[in-house]
Amino acid sequence: MDLTLRVWRQPSPDAPGSFETYPAEDIDEHASLLEMLDIVNDRLTEQGVEPIAFDSDCREGICGTCGVMVDGKAHGPMENTAACQVHLFNYRDGDTITLEPWRARGFPLRKDLIVDRSAFDEIISAGGYVSVNTGSAPEANLTPVDKGTADLAFDAAACIGCGACVAACPNGAAHLFTSAKLSQLNMLPQGQPERYARTQRMVTIMEEYFGSCTNYGECQAACPQDISIDFIAMMNKDYRKSKFRNRRAS
Amino acid sequence: MQLDAKIPDGPLEEKWDNHRFSMRLVNPNNKRKFSVIVVGTGLAGASAAATLGELGYNVKAFTYHDSPRRAHSIAAQGGINAAKNYQGDGDSVFRLFHDTIKGGDYRSREANVYRLAQVSVDIIDQCVAQGVPFARDYGGLLDNRSFGGAQVSRTFYAKGQTGQQLLLGAYQALMRQVDAGSVELHTKSEMLEVVKVDGEARGIVVRNLETGEVTSHAAHAVVLATGGYASAYFLSTMAKNSNVTAAWRAHRKGAAFANPSFTQIHPTCIPQSGDYQSKLTLMSESLRNDGRIWVPADPDDERAPADIPEAERDYYLERIYPSFGNLAPRDVSSRAAKRMVDAGHGVGPRKNGVYLDFSDAVGRLGQDKIAERYGNLFEMYQKITNENPYDVPMRIYPAPHYAMGGLWVDYNLMTTIPGLFSIGESNFSDHGANRLGASALMQGLADGYFVLPYTIGDYLAPHLGESPPPTDHPAFAEAEAEVRDKVNGLLSVNGTRSVDSFHRDLGKIVWDYCGMARTEQGLEKARSEIQALRDEYHKDVRVLGENETINQSLEKAGRVADFFELAELMTIDALDRNESCGGHFREEYQTDEGEALRDDEHYAYVAAWGFEGTGEDPSLTKEHLAFENVKLATRSYK
Repeated sequence: MDLTLRVWRQPSPDAPGSFETYPAEDIDEHASLLEMLDIVNDRLTEQGVEPIAFDSDCREGICGTCGVMVDGKAHGPMENTAACQVHLFNYRDGDTITLEPWRARGFPLRKDLIVDRSAFDEIISAGGYVSVNTGSAPEANLTPVDKGTADLAFDAAACIGCGACVAACPNGAAHLFTSAKLSQLNMLPQGQPERYARTQRMVTIMEEYFGSCTNYGECQAACPQDISIDFIAMMNKDYRKSKFRNRRAS
Repeated sequence: MQLDAKIPDGPLEEKWDNHRFSMRLVNPNNKRKFSVIVVGTGLAGASAAATLGELGYNVKAFTYHDSPRRAHSIAAQGGINAAKNYQGDGDSVFRLFHDTIKGGDYRSREANVYRLAQVSVDIIDQCVAQGVPFARDYGGLLDNRSFGGAQVSRTFYAKGQTGQQLLLGAYQALMRQVDAGSVELHTKSEMLEVVKVDGEARGIVVRNLETGEVTSHAAHAVVLATGGYASAYFLSTMAKNSNVTAAWRAHRKGAAFANPSFTQIHPTCIPQSGDYQSKLTLMSESLRNDGRIWVPADPDDERAPADIPEAERDYYLERIYPSFGNLAPRDVSSRAAKRMVDAGHGVGPRKNGVYLDFSDAVGRLGQDKIAERYGNLFEMYQKITNENPYDVPMRIYPAPHYAMGGLWVDYNLMTTIPGLFSIGESNFSDHGANRLGASALMQGLADGYFVLPYTIGDYLAPHLGESPPPTDHPAFAEAEAEVRDKVNGLLSVNGTRSVDSFHRDLGKIVWDYCGMARTEQGLEKARSEIQALRDEYHKDVRVLGENETINQSLEKAGRVADFFELAELMTIDALDRNESCGGHFREEYQTDEGEALRDDEHYAYVAAWGFEGTGEDPSLTKEHLAFENVKLATRSYK
């Protein structure tokens, strides 16, 4: 099929950027959006134009490396689908597709479609773990976890850290990302000892980089893993409680 | 080259315990006087860096990703094996050991594999304590499922995202150490040289992928946890950035590379649908628990799968391998699929796949139960193929997936360069000529959590009081200059073809001649074609842009240059091994029934290759494998 691309090109963080238009002609409808970019990049290289820089790795929707705004939507038109898994049979011959990087204060732009998401790592390093040194773990089946809780914890843990939630949020908030990790750990028995200290620290770091949540719900709609905003409510509840718990502890 | 595998004496069951006692220790207060570099932050690298940090070492961790959580371990779907015997179905450490040795077609070390089976149970404990949300049954205890090559249920899983959950567990443990200050994390940093001082590994040179800056880092020891090299085939289930560069540059500096031709072609991937593709997608082996594999008995049968009556279907795995059926090991299943497709039974628009059919299981268990087990895999299949696997059977075909070969390591996971360790998929150690499903996650975490943290202490202890060399040492300057020369060389070729176009052509050669079936003639042809294409590459590749900003073509160009050298070694290794074993199938050596025909008398060895220069014949050193606890037998899954 024949498509036209409008792509944000920006050589470096400080240089001005602009939209450039490239033809994407004669592409198989089974190609993914990113495979189309591979083909276009090969053609650009042959023409002496520097290829479009974009992040991707596993191409299976699980590593969270890829992420672009496609026609204004994070990861494109498909529900619960990362950009690498959007195939062109979802488009019509002759369509124009606009590609932009994630736009959020917490994700400074690096080049073309690539942004810096290291703030997510800082949130995780502020308590997104259970403190258990290697070798000190008890026998795994000593602590039964009821299936409902285990399944819900998995649903939260499925977050791939791509940043679509932030990109889709009018406030540039990272509540869905942060609450997914918090909810996973806070609902499991293994996560109880650090529950409130973890909540307070992770929320504090989150607020350093990202905006506030005003319940638009755009994050869940954009999330390739369909992470529920219920987890944000759980985080807010734990955060409120942490204010009392942590005060009592100190 | 001298090889000493350093396998401890004593009975198999006691080797690791005895060795742990006899190894030298670094006392807790002295650990902070040592620094260790860990390259790669997948399952093996993240778990090693986290554990070394917990122990008190000064760790520097490097990844070319923007975050450790991106490593390709994350894409492992099905599960992780452990000899817990929670199902009471007769599993044991010895059985897991035995299955793994047999599954690897008797080309791995007994002592290593036994240790792997021993520590497998600790891995599950550790991961559960970290909050990894494994699947559970209604009583709240851990659930298991079966994988290929085993007749017990010992695979722990988290839906079809087990690798993701285990990696995130290790990543979180790593970030905890970053927070504690014991690990210094360097993202967007690609290792391009190992630096040796007085013959021992004392540091690395890395290029920052955002700024192009080349820097040196020194330490008392270097650990490579840089994954496998199946991307040599270009089309594979590997991530786009997966590469052999770190291992290969270590090989060029003197680390032996073992069994490079032992690559795994995974039986259940979505078949190729055109020449535009940049990668192939795996469908987890766990699907074979409930899916039945078949092809139309009549090659000319053009009917839709649902219209083909039972009697006219060939459930060939169940027919040929009745006792393992659809759970035959990967190499066996892949070859059977190839044989069916080659004989014209292939299905789909390009007749290049076989069916993986869930209709029986849906009828037996209901769609909800199947969705609970495999829902995300079914969704993924539909997104890619535009077909609903609840209604029509999946189409699958083998694709390159894993590398059993890798850097040669001794029992302590040290390469032939003292002070340079290799863990996880980047080493060759545990899977022989074929890896069983759900064993890669096990090995990565075994190496990182429970083996390396002990064995590295034994290497470091006698170096107490020594400082790592300063980074202005001539060895670092020399390595930095080498890196800059390579980068500038690639940028200045200014030819006509993109890096990917060369990689695609290289991959096709490797796939055609060093893939699922190999012949002497084909391998010789492949070697000369690879050499010719490599020469063309260095004359005609076009890398636009500059070094000083993000330049993905430049990153790929360096990696593909290394793939060219590795690919040649793969063909040389496959040519040397005049037998068929596991994933290495030489058509000249097969039984009357078309199964792999081993030659234990002449080839029960690990082939460790030394680098002698690009295009030169490498040197071969053999590590002979002794089997004292298992009986060498023709592998049968019938």
